[in-house]
Amino acid sequence: MSIEKRKPLLEVRDLKQHFPITSGAILQKQVGAIRAVDGISFDVYPGETLGIVGESGCGKSTTVRSISQLNKPTSGSVIFNGIDLVKADTRTMLKARLDIQMIFQDPYASLDPRMTVRSIIAEPMVIYNNRRLLETPMSPMDIERRVEELMERVGLNKAFKNRYPHEFSGGQRQRIGIARALALNPKIILADEPVSALDVSIQSQILNLMADLQKEFGLTYIFIAHDLAVIQHISTRVAVMYLGKIVEISEAVQLYDNPLHPYTIALLSAAPIPDPKIERERKRIILTGDVPSPDKERIGCYFYDRCPKKMPWCSCHIPPMLDINEKQQVACWLYDKRDLSKVTMEEAEADAAKTASEKT
Amino acid sequence: MSMKPNAKTVLDVKDLQTYFKTDAGIVKAVDGVSFSVREGETIGIVGESGSGKSVTNLSLMRLIPSPPGKIVGGEVIFEGKDILKLSEKQMRSIRGKKISMIFQDPMTSLNPFLKISTQMVETIRLHEKDVSKQEALERSIDMLKLVGIPSAEKRIQNYPHQFSGGMRQRVMIAQALSCNAEVLIADEPTTALDVTIQAQILELIAKLSNQMGTAVILITHDLGVVAGMCDQVCVMYAGRIVEKATTDELYARPSHPYTEGLIKSVPRMDTTKKGNRLFSIEGQPPNVIDLPPCCPFHPRCHKAMEVCRQAYPLVKDLGKGHEVACWLFAEESEKQRALNEANIKEKAE
Repeated sequence: MSIEKRKPLLEVRDLKQHFPITSGAILQKQVGAIRAVDGISFDVYPGETLGIVGESGCGKSTTVRSISQLNKPTSGSVIFNGIDLVKADTRTMLKARLDIQMIFQDPYASLDPRMTVRSIIAEPMVIYNNRRLLETPMSPMDIERRVEELMERVGLNKAFKNRYPHEFSGGQRQRIGIARALALNPKIILADEPVSALDVSIQSQILNLMADLQKEFGLTYIFIAHDLAVIQHISTRVAVMYLGKIVEISEAVQLYDNPLHPYTIALLSAAPIPDPKIERERKRIILTGDVPSPDKERIGCYFYDRCPKKMPWCSCHIPPMLDINEKQQVACWLYDKRDLSKVTMEEAEADAAKTASEKT
Repeated sequence: MSMKPNAKTVLDVKDLQTYFKTDAGIVKAVDGVSFSVREGETIGIVGESGSGKSVTNLSLMRLIPSPPGKIVGGEVIFEGKDILKLSEKQMRSIRGKKISMIFQDPMTSLNPFLKISTQMVETIRLHEKDVSKQEALERSIDMLKLVGIPSAEKRIQNYPHQFSGGMRQRVMIAQALSCNAEVLIADEPTTALDVTIQAQILELIAKLSNQMGTAVILITHDLGVVAGMCDQVCVMYAGRIVEKATTDELYARPSHPYTEGLIKSVPRMDTTKKGNRLFSIEGQPPNVIDLPPCCPFHPRCHKAMEVCRQAYPLVKDLGKGHEVACWLFAEESEKQRALNEANIKEKAE
C-alpha cells in the first residue's frame, strides 16, 4: 500500500499560530508573541491515522485547533478538498468544515452540563440544518433517528438519551463526544487527547471503538496523545512536535524502530514500558532542563538548549525538514549531507550572519 | 531497584478500613488493606481512579477529612506503635518528619504566596526546634541542589509560580526529604508531568531511596512506571488489594483476572503488533457505595463463577509472597462453604 501516490485529503503548509502578548492597562500594545505553532507543514492521506506526539505546550492542540479554524491561523494555509480554509469566506469554510470534526480531551468539560445527551449529539445536525448548509435537509424525525443510531453505534444505551452528562462515567462521556463528532458523517476527525483523561481499562475500550469506526466509515484521524505507546498502537504515521515545530515525521514503524531526531530518541527512551525485565536493562537518555518558553523568535535549532548532540552550527541555523527516505523526514542538522560537527562556533556565526545579510 | 529481604520493616499496615459517610450510603473507600514496606524498598500501589489508592495513603498520614471520612478499623504500625491511636499532637511529630508525602499536583500543593525558602525553612524548623533559621536555610539549599535545581542559592528566594511543573515537583521532593523521612509516600508524583520530566523525577526518587534508605510508597496508575521503579506491587480494586506480589512475579504471572486484563490492555511500545485489537476489560468500575459482599470485579470478569457473585474471595498465597484474592485459586471445599454461608444469610434476611 503506497500512501505516497494517493492524493492528500488535507494539506497543511507553513502553518503559524502566534498569540499576542500585550502590556499596558488601557492602551494595550503588543510586546511579543507566543509562537504556539511556528511553521509546520504536513499532508494527511485518506484513511490513515496521523499521530501527533509531544510534551505539553509544544503546540499539538493548537495545531488541530488551527486546522479546524477554531483559532484563525496567523499565516500559512490549510487545504482541504481543494479549498484553503484560512482564506475562504465563512460560508465556504463552514461547508468544508462539515467534514472536519473534533473529539476533545476532557470528557468532563467538553459536554454542556445543561444539555441532554440527545441535544448534545443532535447539535451539529441542528446547527448545520438551520443554516441550510446540509445537502439534504433533515427533519426533526431524521435527526432523532440519527441520534439513536449514533448512540447505539458508539455503545451507549439509547434509552439514556434524555440523561445529562453528569450521569455518565468518563468513558461513557467520551463515547458521547465521539457520537457527536460522527453526527455529520465527517471525512476526518481531529482527536485531541481523547484517551488521556481515562483509566487504563476504559482507554482500551475507546481505542478499540475508534479503530472499529475508522474501518467502518473509512475515517481519517489526526490523533493527538502524549502517550507514545497509544500513538504507536493507533497511528500509521507519526509527527513529533517540539516547541511549535515538527522535528520528525515518519511512518509509525520506522519512527519506533529507528528514531532519528535526538528529541525523538530521548522521548522514546523516557517512556516507561510495562515490563520489569526490559525496564531494568534499558538505557535512558535523560534530558536535562525544561522546555523553554515559546515567546522568543529563534535563530537556531529549537531543541538546541536540551539536545545531547548539539553542535555549534545548530545554535544559529534553523534545520529544514530533510528527507531521509520516502517514509521518514527529520529536522536535524546531524543528517545534513555536509559534516557539520567540525564547524566551530565562530564559523557558524559568520555563516549565519552572511545568510542574514544576503536576505536583507 | 534493589531487593533487600533482610531489611527491617518500617511500616506495617494491617487490615486498614476507611469509610466515608455520604447521603447515598457508606462508601467503603478502603476496606481491609494490608501491606508492609521495608527499609530502602519501593512498593507500588496501582489501580484505577476511585479504587482507594489515595485514601489508603491519606489514612496512613491521618489526613482523612473527618467527617465525612473515618478510619474505622485496622492498624498502622510504625516504630512499634500503632499511629492510628496516637494523639493529634504526637501524630504531628511524625507527619512530615518521619513519614512525608509528595502530592500529585505540584501546581497546587505549594503555597503561592510564600517564597520557597520560607516554606522549606518552616518545614524544617517545625520539626526540629533547635535548628536556627540560617542552618535551616542552608540545609534547604543543599536539598534543592540534591534534587538538581540549578543555582539553588538564588532560586530558593523565588515564588512557586516562577518554577516550571517539573521544577515544582523537585521542590516538593526536596521539602518532603528535608527532614530525612523514613517513609516517603508519593501520590502520583509524575502524573501531571511530561515523559522526559517524568523520567528525571523517577530517577531522582530511586536515587534518593537508594542513598538514604528511604522506604517509598508509590501510588500510580501507570504500569510502566511501576515496572521500572518498584520492588513490590499491590493492585487495588474497589477498596481492596486484589493482588500483591514482587514486580517480576506480577508481570510474569498476573493471576487475578483484573491484573491480567490491566496488563494486557495497555498498548506496548516494544511488542505490540500493529492493527491488533487491544484487550479490554468491558464495563465500568463499580460504584463503591453499599457494595454487596461479593467479588467487586465479577460483573467485568470473564472467568466469573457462581461463588464470585455470593462472597468475597479469600486471599490465597501462591508462594514467594504472591497473594491473590480470587476464587479461581480457592479449594473446591472453600467455595462450597462460602456458597452455603451466603445461602444461609440470604434465607435469614
